[in-house]
Amino acid sequence: MPLSAEEIATLQAKARDLRCDMIDVTVWAGGAHIGGALSMTDVLTALYYKYLRVRPEEPDWPGRDRFVMSKGHGGVGLAAVLADRGYFSKDLLHEFNHFKSPFGMHLDGNKVLGVDASTGSLGHGLSMAVGMAMGARFLTQPWRTYCLLGDGECDEGSVWEAAMAACHFKLDSLTAIVDRNHMMIDGPTEEVMHLEPFADKWRAFGWVVREIDGHDYTQIGEAIEFAQATREKPVVIIADTVKGKGVDFMENQVQWHYGSMDSDLAARAKASIQRLAAEVQHA
Amino acid sequence: MPEVTGTTWTVYDANTMTQAEIYGHVLCDLAEKDPRIVALTADLARSTKIGVFQDRFPERVINVGIAEQNLFGIAAGMARAGMLPFVSTMSAFASMRALEQVRTDICYQNLDVKIIATHGGVSFGQAGTTHHCTEDIAIQRSLANMTVIVPADGIETANALRACVEWPGPVFIRLGRGFEPVHYAGDDYGFAIGKAVTIADGTDITVICCGVTVYHAAEAAKILKEQDGLSVRVLNMHTIKPIDEAAILRAVTETRRILTVEEHNVIGGLGTAVADVIAASGKGCAFVKVGLPDCYSEVGYPEDLYSFYKLDTDGIIEKVRELLGREFEADEDWEDEV
Repeated sequence: MPLSAEEIATLQAKARDLRCDMIDVTVWAGGAHIGGALSMTDVLTALYYKYLRVRPEEPDWPGRDRFVMSKGHGGVGLAAVLADRGYFSKDLLHEFNHFKSPFGMHLDGNKVLGVDASTGSLGHGLSMAVGMAMGARFLTQPWRTYCLLGDGECDEGSVWEAAMAACHFKLDSLTAIVDRNHMMIDGPTEEVMHLEPFADKWRAFGWVVREIDGHDYTQIGEAIEFAQATREKPVVIIADTVKGKGVDFMENQVQWHYGSMDSDLAARAKASIQRLAAEVQHA
Repeated sequence: MPEVTGTTWTVYDANTMTQAEIYGHVLCDLAEKDPRIVALTADLARSTKIGVFQDRFPERVINVGIAEQNLFGIAAGMARAGMLPFVSTMSAFASMRALEQVRTDICYQNLDVKIIATHGGVSFGQAGTTHHCTEDIAIQRSLANMTVIVPADGIETANALRACVEWPGPVFIRLGRGFEPVHYAGDDYGFAIGKAVTIADGTDITVICCGVTVYHAAEAAKILKEQDGLSVRVLNMHTIKPIDEAAILRAVTETRRILTVEEHNVIGGLGTAVADVIAASGKGCAFVKVGLPDCYSEVGYPEDLYSFYKLDTDGIIEKVRELLGREFEADEDWEDEV
């Protein structure tokens, strides 16, 4: 069922607040992969506040949907979401990156509640998500597995090993989402290593492809519901996004792949997030 | 096919089946009792001999094609989902091609994935150096949470498989290609992960070995007793990690001379693991590591390679005599050495 206008407004407001949390954590952490966290925030918000069947009060609930954040460097984004969903206190995020903290840039599933797979090294997550989806089949469990990849990550050959297997094994309980923000550390994806025709590559590997605006909740919702209803094949949602989304001085700036902020800059960033969110709400 | 009981392994079974074939049979028995068990491979279902498992449990075999990184990533995901994956592929691929998946997806997450690495060492001799793996023990033992087992023969392979189901966390079991001589006559000799097996007791020197060299060390001990009147202790150190420190320390104090023999580079494997224990004890000991002398392996039949690298009976005899001929001042008072 398509998201209602009311639901969309709620999700947009939630994403605005989460983006501000991510800015806070970036300050506390002394630096974070903030650009790619902001680009995937709307997808994460749609998943964690609408579609994922999870129980934050029972993080290991066996029937939960699995979420593998293959772009593990988005840890600051996922941590902010998990804290807000109640897996742990937001206060703990003050420790981000600190000595012996459970929270590093790349989240450790054995230390952080709600993290289904420890990721960080790119190109690993989709294989693990394939394994989880196969586990659900063996155990005849109805849970779904979602895997969020970075676009630059798709340079890794192992992504395509996993993509081939997901199709071969007809894993329709698996949905991949690519945060297509068009940027990687050394520059635009198409300059560093061509990904296009990106959708065709996934189709050639047997996936059903949905290309959407990754900041448009109507499209995000429609694509996820389409994936849930698709049988016999896995679905990949290529979410076209803006790196640094919501912060005017970060948007599409390759240097904000990773960055640090003092409190003044953070205040500017949060003001920008509030302003841009208000514009979206009134549009 | 031979009669296989699955509960008691005999020299007949081990002589008529390769280690890897025994793996397939034992896995069937284990899978019968444990519905979580699945077998994964990467286009090596034939080479790694899990065919019998495939016949019995076709729906529980996952073949991912020639894609070892994906193989171990999937295994990690399945373990996370509550399954108990047994992954078999050649050791070169389990230890090198897919090392980061083994390290980060499996060991870092401390998952119950059991890795059956076939064609370890130079056991696939004619295939050439790309298909040998004389670094695997060093690589795998450096991974935190990993348990490393190198069974002596098919009978010990069966024991290791049964034991690893109850042993928590990732386990790496290194097998040969399967035409190795059989040492054990039966499986009831007290196998336990982390406990060395005394094959022969002795007081003059201790030979610490694993894998195919166990058979040869046992033969060498017999010949050295007959020809040289030597009392050679032979320890089958089937578990390289966690290593049996007590057995090594007893050998240091009781025999004062230790020779390690392994089908592996002399750097980082069994010999290094033993040396670590000796060095930390603060006690002196005449010590030599036999293995590949930090080089890439030659091509040839495994038997010829074992002979060339002094890993067979004659080679071990030669190395024991060398070590016994070395001057070593044994001090009866240990206290001043600690």
